[in-house]
Formats: sequence, structure tokens, C-alpha cells
Amino acid sequence: MSTLETTTETETEEVEQEREETPGDRRRELKRERAAERERRVEAELDDAENTRRLKVFRYDPEVEGKEEPRFDDFVVPYHKGMTILDALIYARDQYDSSLTFRHSCRQAVCGSDALFVNGRQRLGCKTQLGDLDDPIRIEPLPHQEVVKDLVVDMQHFYDQMHAVEPYFDPDDLPEGELAEQRQTPENREYVKMATRCIWCGACMSSCNIAAGDNEYLGPAAINKAYRFAMDEREGEDRKQERLRIIEQEHGVWRCQTQFSCTEVCPKDIPLTEHIQELKRESVKNNLKFW
Amino acid sequence: MYEHDVIVVGAGGAGLRAAIAAHEEGADVALVTKLHPVRSHTGAAEGGINAALHEEDSWDLHAYDTMKGADYLSDAPAVDTFAQEAPEEVIQLEHWGMPFSREEDGKVSQRPFGGLSFPRTTYAGAETGHHLLHTMYEQVVKRGIEVYDEWYVTNLAVTDHDDPEQRECHGCVAYDIKSGEIAGFHATGGVILATGGLGQVFEHTTNAVANTGDGPAMAYRAGVPIEDMEFIQFHPTTLPSTGVLISEGVRGEGGILYNDEEERLMFEYGYANNDGELASRDVVSRAELTEVNEGRGIEDEYVHLDMRHLGEERILDRLENILHLAEDFEGVDGLEEPMPVKPGQHYAMGGIETDENGETCIDGLYAAGECACVSMHGANRLGGNALPELLVFGAQAGRHAADKDLAEAQIPVGPSAMSEDGDVDTPVAPGAIDASDEDVAADGAMVDADAVIEHAVEREKERIEMLLERDGINHAEVRDDIQESMTANVNVFREEDNLKQALEDIREAREQYQHVGVSDPSRTFNTDLIHTIETRNIIDLAEAITLGALAREEFRGAHWRKKHQERKDDEWLKHTMLQWNDGNPHLYYKPVILEGFEQTYEPKERSY
Repeated sequence: MSTLETTTETETEEVEQEREETPGDRRRELKRERAAERERRVEAELDDAENTRRLKVFRYDPEVEGKEEPRFDDFVVPYHKGMTILDALIYARDQYDSSLTFRHSCRQAVCGSDALFVNGRQRLGCKTQLGDLDDPIRIEPLPHQEVVKDLVVDMQHFYDQMHAVEPYFDPDDLPEGELAEQRQTPENREYVKMATRCIWCGACMSSCNIAAGDNEYLGPAAINKAYRFAMDEREGEDRKQERLRIIEQEHGVWRCQTQFSCTEVCPKDIPLTEHIQELKRESVKNNLKFW
Repeated sequence: MYEHDVIVVGAGGAGLRAAIAAHEEGADVALVTKLHPVRSHTGAAEGGINAALHEEDSWDLHAYDTMKGADYLSDAPAVDTFAQEAPEEVIQLEHWGMPFSREEDGKVSQRPFGGLSFPRTTYAGAETGHHLLHTMYEQVVKRGIEVYDEWYVTNLAVTDHDDPEQRECHGCVAYDIKSGEIAGFHATGGVILATGGLGQVFEHTTNAVANTGDGPAMAYRAGVPIEDMEFIQFHPTTLPSTGVLISEGVRGEGGILYNDEEERLMFEYGYANNDGELASRDVVSRAELTEVNEGRGIEDEYVHLDMRHLGEERILDRLENILHLAEDFEGVDGLEEPMPVKPGQHYAMGGIETDENGETCIDGLYAAGECACVSMHGANRLGGNALPELLVFGAQAGRHAADKDLAEAQIPVGPSAMSEDGDVDTPVAPGAIDASDEDVAADGAMVDADAVIEHAVEREKERIEMLLERDGINHAEVRDDIQESMTANVNVFREEDNLKQALEDIREAREQYQHVGVSDPSRTFNTDLIHTIETRNIIDLAEAITLGALAREEFRGAHWRKKHQERKDDEWLKHTMLQWNDGNPHLYYKPVILEGFEQTYEPKERSY
């Protein structure tokens, strides 16, 4: 049924596969040679000390013998200008140890999956230049989160806190007619713009001393999410009241001690601490009674 | 075994929209994704969403632009459905709170994009996809739709009938990345594939590392034809070092392309004397590479994209994200200097063949978004048409899988829609090396849904066990070889010899893959295993792309052939179809439908 024609060369190859050394074997041999060549090249690159960087990478796997005790592995990677932490980790994984485990996907600072603790600070691996850091570069999973394996942490608690603020737009009423949009002033859009940039990477939560000591604290990301909706003029006054009730609770905005660590580490430059303070003010205004 | 009415595989834009639509029809829906929904690659989309919202605009103009941009390889019923429904979808997003950029009067802003006759691209800064993704995920949370995150769907559970049109899809098999559990998912209503792009087939791509074409590869091996795979869009403005995308919004706002002699190349060398930088993507990509090939590129590699003259205020208002990308990934301050750009793989126009209701020829199996080919992008997708596509057809697939009555599809699917057999001379035999290993369907006449799923689960357990236990080659080597060969041989400019070289390299990769092994023995978060499974998908799709490209001896949209420098409507106004057929790819063609709701689209020369 298939009409894909193959030339006689292939047929010859198929016959040859019966013999001892098949073309596949030869290709695999070539492949091995190429791999050896690659290894030699890597070694040569590494010999040039000026062009290498040393990574100290946290390793842990609860399941594998010899890895159930946390340790640091050293990887030396050839360095070129423009190289990021993520590039270095991928190099180490693909060239040295394919079990080295970390999350990554978009490589452009928008999927939020590669937040790491690099030289003592929360950063996104994909947008952190190797050249900006002192050697050796210490790469660890996000602090205050449970480690699943190597650099992968359990994000469930972070997601739970995000979900706890009812993170969805919920207007009091919608305009009539299917194609009628709600109006939003450019000023109001500008007002909430920074808050909408959160990529859920978890860097802020991991940097927060309060969140580290109080597991129920909503944390900067979730409060920022609440801010994004509470300050959006399209939602309406009733919903805003409910939102304020959520963030005023015992483990809400009042736990924040304005240490600014979340704001410092946010890879999207969101002024998280300011947003938390603003919600504190809203909350006070909301509760003031004149009589 | 997990059971839901509708199982959506993938939780980017199309998956989330499908899940919401199915939920609105009352179905019990689950999203199964190998990432977490907010990590999906839809979040990286920058430019915008096309929809005829303005009273001076109309859906049929949008449809016409789409047909023209597609070089008439689209099916008119899909294009018309798309253009008619896009406005409602955009307003729906607005009602869900999406932070669109706004005009002074508070209405959503629209801007010009390449190939559009009206500025109908709505946007949220230069991070439209991020806002779309998060807005829809919020709605999923609001509705309490179940999400299995970091669960990787590795196979479909399909009944075994010789004729794929007789087959039924009962569910899928997924691997829990965190724990290593392999489980069956029973979908009583339907499985919707929404797995996104396949950019990882190429070395230089704007796509995420997770975009390995899992959906098309799984559907293809289950017997669904894949359509128009040779049509790969190369975006003209990606950063040379990483492939990070610089939105078409930059050119939409007035950004200019210069060569190394600081000439405005689009006009200076006559690539597009009417539309200049805003010609469609294929035209601009070829223009840039021609400049580079003729020695007028910068560092023999790229050209410059300049937006300085737009002024700081406008840049910060509409393109701020671009400044960050240029700074973080290329060390360039876009306010002070032009940005280096070159073409990079960006989008797959082809994919799983579906009708305009999102259904494939296998009963109960649907697809939507970039992994699907309802055939609205044809030979070249217009910028700003991907996001509305995933909204419109994601919703259609969701509704249909949830049993809502939709109008009967006008686009025929499945091998019976064949108009003629294809014919291509390949240097090596394409397809699987050991086809007996490729059985995705259940045995014999087994039709009980649970038995079909259990059988599929057993096969996946065996496959994964084997990959974990044997010593072998690292997947990264095989993947690198494929990516390099595809970028060298099946790029913007295509020649017969190169295409044949790619097929040989792919054959070699298949042989290598027979010996691939996972060295990480862990059942916990084994990314080595995940990447190894993905690599198989990359191989199958690389081959489909190259076979289609070798067979199509004409120049249409994104598909350029050195020896065939004209569009040949008499011979090639037809879709390339590829069917797996137990490991032997069967190439055939089906006609393009040019008859739309209100007009028949007459192919015209595409000039910009």
C-alpha cells in the first residue's frame, strides 16, 4: 500500500545486515569514536583554565543508593560569554551525568520552572549569567521547600497558597451583550500591570523569613495575586471586600515584616513588598469606622 | 486506573480552553500535563490575538487575510469558523479579566501585524501569551477542574482494527514524573491532545525544551494521519544566541530591519516593496537569510532590528518585555542599540489531522492548538493567528468531546479522504526499524475499554522498564544529531540533496535509538527517562517533516525549494498526508477545500 520508493542501495544494505558487521554496527562504531572525540575536546576545553567555571551542585535522591545522603558534586564546564546557569547545568547533565535533575522549559524567563538558589540567592537559572558570579558557583534547590531530588523542590505548598486567595477574576457584574467588553482605564491597567507579571517561580516565597517560620503564611506571591484582583477596577466593591477579608486573616498581610527579600529576588521586578503594604493600608481603611 | 469523561492532554492555551469548554457542557474533565499548567509554552507568546472586533473590520476580511497568508493551502470551513468565532473568544477572555493593553476610552487596544489588512491584533504588552495562559488557568482553578501536573502521557489506548477509521480511543497511559507510577486514564467521552509545538526537532528554535511534539507522534503511531508536516514556520526575529523570540509586535509598531551596510533591506533589495518589514513571516525570513548568504549579514549570521526611533515611552508601554529579553539574553540595550536577529524555527503549521470540530478519524480522539492541523494556517501562519486558533478550536474540541451537538463537520478526515497516493524517492527506507515493537492498539478483537487501557499500560510498563534496565547510548547524543541535521538540511531554504541527507541522518538516529538506555535508575523525577521517551517522538516527526518536504516539489508559503521556484496550483493545491501504517509511512494527498461559508477563495499571487 505504501508508495514510498526506496532505492536499491537500501535493499543492498538490508542484505548486508545479515552479515556479521552490519552498517548499524559500523555507524555505532563511528558514534563511539565521535563520543571519544567529544570527550577529548571537552578535556581540551577544560585544560584551558581561563575558559572554565566550576559548579558545586547539590545532589540528593531518596531512592538511589549513594545519593540518599545529600552532597555536592563538582562539575567543571567550559565557559563562553553569554552562558547562563541553565546552560551550564544542561552541559553538565548532557556531557557528564544524565541523572542530574532540574526543571527547565522555556529558557526565556517566563515559565518560572528553573528558580534555583545560586551563590546564596534565589535566581532564575535561564536569565542568570555565569560571568556575573564568583567561582565556584554553588547551585542549590530553593531553600525552605521540600527537596524531591537534586535541584527539584516540591511546589505543592506554593500552589496551595496561591489557590487560597481565590486567584481568579470575579466581577460583580458583566456588561450586557456577548461582544460588549468591560472598560478598564489605561491608568488602572498600569496600576495592576506589575502584579500581573508573576510567573509563579516561587523565588519570593523561598526568600521570605516569615514564610519559612510560618507554614500557613500566604506569602508574597499569593498576596500579590490577591492585589492583582483587588486593585483591578473591573471587579467591583463587593468582591474587593471579600478579597480583603482573605488577606487580613491571621496568616495574611499582617505577618509581613517588610524585609524586602521577596522584592529583591523577584526575577520579574515586581514590587512585592509595596503591594503587601498597600493591601495593609486598604485593609486599615476598610476597617476604620467613624461614629 | 483514573476515570473522567474528558481527558485533556497538555495544559497550555488549547488544553485549558478545551477543559473549560467541556466543563461548561457539564463534563467531568481532567487535565494531564507533563509540566504544570502555568509552565506551558503558551506563556512565551508575545505579540497578540487577531480578532475582527472593530466595526470597520469584519470576520470575512480576517478570513481572507488568513487564506492569502496561508498561500491557499487552508481549508475554508476551518478558516471561516475561526474568523467568525475569534471575536467572541477574545471578549470572553476580557470577561475573564485578562489584562489587555487599553485605549484611552478603556477598550482593548489593537495593533498592526504582518499580512493583516486591518490592525486587528489585540495584545497585552509584549507578553500576551503569559496573560492568556494565566487568565485561563485561573478559570480552571475557579471551576475546580482536576489537574494532574507533572504526569507525562506517553501513549494512547486505542482499539485494534486494521482500518484506523474503525478504531476507538478509550484513554491514555501516563507516567507520574514525581513517583514513577504508570497508570491508565479512562476517558468515557474523549481524549483531547493539546500538546503544543515540536520545535525541539530543530536546533535553533523559539520553542521550549518541553515542545517535543508528543501529541502528533502519539496520534501518528496510533493511526491518525498527520497533515502538511513540511510546513514549518521560521520566525524572522529570534535572538541569534538562544532562539529567544523577539515579537512581531516590534515590526508592527514600526521596527526596521537593517543589513550590515545599514540599508533598510526589505525595500533596498525589493523583498517586499509594499509592506516592507510587515510582509508575512516566510517572506521576511528568506529576505534576512538572503542578505546573510550574499555577504550583507552582520558577523555573517544575522541582521539588525531597530526600534530606537519609536521612542522610550512607546517602547516601555508596548514592548517593554522585548527590552528585558534583549538585555538578559544578548546584552543589548534596545533603547540605545539595534537588536541582533535571525530566523529561527517557531511554529508547526502541520499536525494531527482534525475536522473543524477538533475530532480525528479515530472515534473519541481529538486534537487542538499547535499539535493539530485543522488546516487553517496552510503553508504559512500569520502572526497573531495562533492564540485565537487555540481558543476557537480548543473550545470546539472540548464541547464535542463533552457530547455537545455541533454542526456536522465539512472537512473530511481519515485515509478515506484520500485523493491520490503520493510518490517520493527516498535514499533510505523511512519508518520504524522494528515495527512489531510499535503496536499501540490492543490485541485482536479486544474492545472492552478497560481491557484496551490495561493492555496499553502493560506495554508502557515493559517499554519503560526496558529503557531503565539496559545500558546504552545517552538520548542527548541522538537528539543533538537530529537537531543539527534538521537545522542544517531542512531549514528556510531547502534543496533535494540536503533533504535526502536529513533522511539518512534520521535513519541513523533510528538505529541509534534502538540502543538508547537511561542511566539514571531512579523512579523519582527521572528527567533522563522523560527526555529519552521524547526523543523517539522527535525522530518520527523529523522524518515526517522531511518526507513531506522532499515530496512537495513547489514553492509555497514557508516551503521553499531551490529547483522549484514557483507555486504550482495545478499540481500541488493539496494537503500532504502521512499515515504510520504499522511502521511504514504511507504518503498520500487530500484536496484543499476552498469553498467557504459565503465565498469561494480563488488563489491569487501573494504580494506584500
